[in-house]
Amino acid sequence: MHEMSLAEGIRSIVESAARDGGFSRVTRVVLEIGALSAVEKDALRFCFDAVMRGTVAGGAVVEMIDLPGAGLCVQCGRNVPIAARYDACPACGSYRVQPTAGMEMRVRELEVE
Amino acid sequence: MCSVCGCGEVQFRPVADGARAQSATVGWRPAAVTANAAPVAELPLDFGSGPARAHAPGLSQGQMVRIEQDILGYNDRLASANRAWLAARGIFALNLVSSPGSGKTTLLCRTIRALADECPVTVVEGDQQTEFDAERIRASGARALQINTGKGCHLDAQMVGRALPILAPADDSLLLIENVGNLVCPAAFDLGEAHKVVILSVTEGEDKPLKYPDMFAAADLMLLNKVDLLPHLSFDVDKAEAFARRVNPALQIIRVSATTGEGFEPWLAWVRLGLERATVGATRPTGLTRMAGG
Ligand SMILES: Nc1nc2c(ncn2[C@@H]2O[C@H](COP(=O)(O)OP(=O)(O)OP(=O)(O)O)[C@@H](O)[C@H]2O)c(=O)[nH]1
Ligand SMILES: [Mg+2]
Ligand SMILES: [Zn+2]
Ligand SMILES: [Zn+2]
Ligand SMILES: [Zn+2]
Repeated sequence: MHEMSLAEGIRSIVESAARDGGFSRVTRVVLEIGALSAVEKDALRFCFDAVMRGTVAGGAVVEMIDLPGAGLCVQCGRNVPIAARYDACPACGSYRVQPTAGMEMRVRELEVE
Repeated sequence: MCSVCGCGEVQFRPVADGARAQSATVGWRPAAVTANAAPVAELPLDFGSGPARAHAPGLSQGQMVRIEQDILGYNDRLASANRAWLAARGIFALNLVSSPGSGKTTLLCRTIRALADECPVTVVEGDQQTEFDAERIRASGARALQINTGKGCHLDAQMVGRALPILAPADDSLLLIENVGNLVCPAAFDLGEAHKVVILSVTEGEDKPLKYPDMFAAADLMLLNKVDLLPHLSFDVDKAEAFARRVNPALQIIRVSATTGEGFEPWLAWVRLGLERATVGATRPTGLTRMAGG
């Protein structure tokens, strides 16, 4: 989904962090991507490279940390791991699972010079 | 398929009602895109083998800085500003999302006509190209502002934020935002609306909610449109609704036909309830003066 928009969002976060911190170069950008966020990681990598060209993070490595999905099962009340939004509760089979984690799309840290 | 999203030239076309029709076009390239355009000439010719490419974790002298920021945080902040702007005026805003051709504009036109004597309605129309939909809306009696997103495949909070003062909806009115026909991106971009309303038409297949779960998860109401065609199709309504509720157990569903008007009473009742709540809950600061225009 919309990886180019995400890459542009990352660029503005990185550029303002570099400005605020007085960094001359950003060599690595570490992202946290939740399992339920529907991000196409290959597409994001591609867009990231294109969008960062000519910026303080041009040529930077992008690293993505996967965060697991989890949800609260309305049926059995358990907190359960899920891999997608429409997954059934692994404990009781109900589809009434409200996602509680795994929607993250965050810039976690930067390696800077 | 989304490699172009968000980077097109965006145009605003305010369209006033009736004879007052003015058609100003504001070309707008998002700042981020312009900012990136300049340095291209200075690019080294060797793409992808710069010093950072050779980086091996642990071997670098670079310093790690923790920043923890949401990638869509900027859009979310602008959406909150839009939400506050709307709340201050008691305006009830809906973001209508669907795949192309599921009937958003037809549904809006009928809704506008049905509410004509009750409350003012304004419309933000998002399409990649053309002003056709805004013209259809205008013909049904509402003021509409067309946003052409160019290559962009969704509306974002910044576009809507710019549209609001131009459109200047009346206090305690209904604002309908027709998003670009796309079941993917618009799910992630909050515009500041009270609710996302997803429209699924019976010609699209029962499995759409499972194929595009994010959109059905983000919506509060699903309108199952074109039910007048059901006798001619093998569409399984119960199955489609079960799939939608599997993704979003709290989803409300109303079956409608935008061409025959079937199901419009419960849909209009849902809108009226939202209008009432927006009016009662309005955060109207005393002495608030409305933006000029409209
Ligand atoms: N039979 C039937 N046709 C409908 C209904 N609603 C819309 N249509 C038809 O579906 C086609 C597309 O309708 P639009 O209202 O333009 O759809 P849209 O979602 O606004 O399309 P885009 O803006 O292009 O994404 C038109 O030919 C409409 O007449 C309905 O309830 N029943
Ligand atoms: Mg339309
Ligand atoms: Zn997209
Ligand atoms: Zn369970
Ligand atoms: Zn998009």
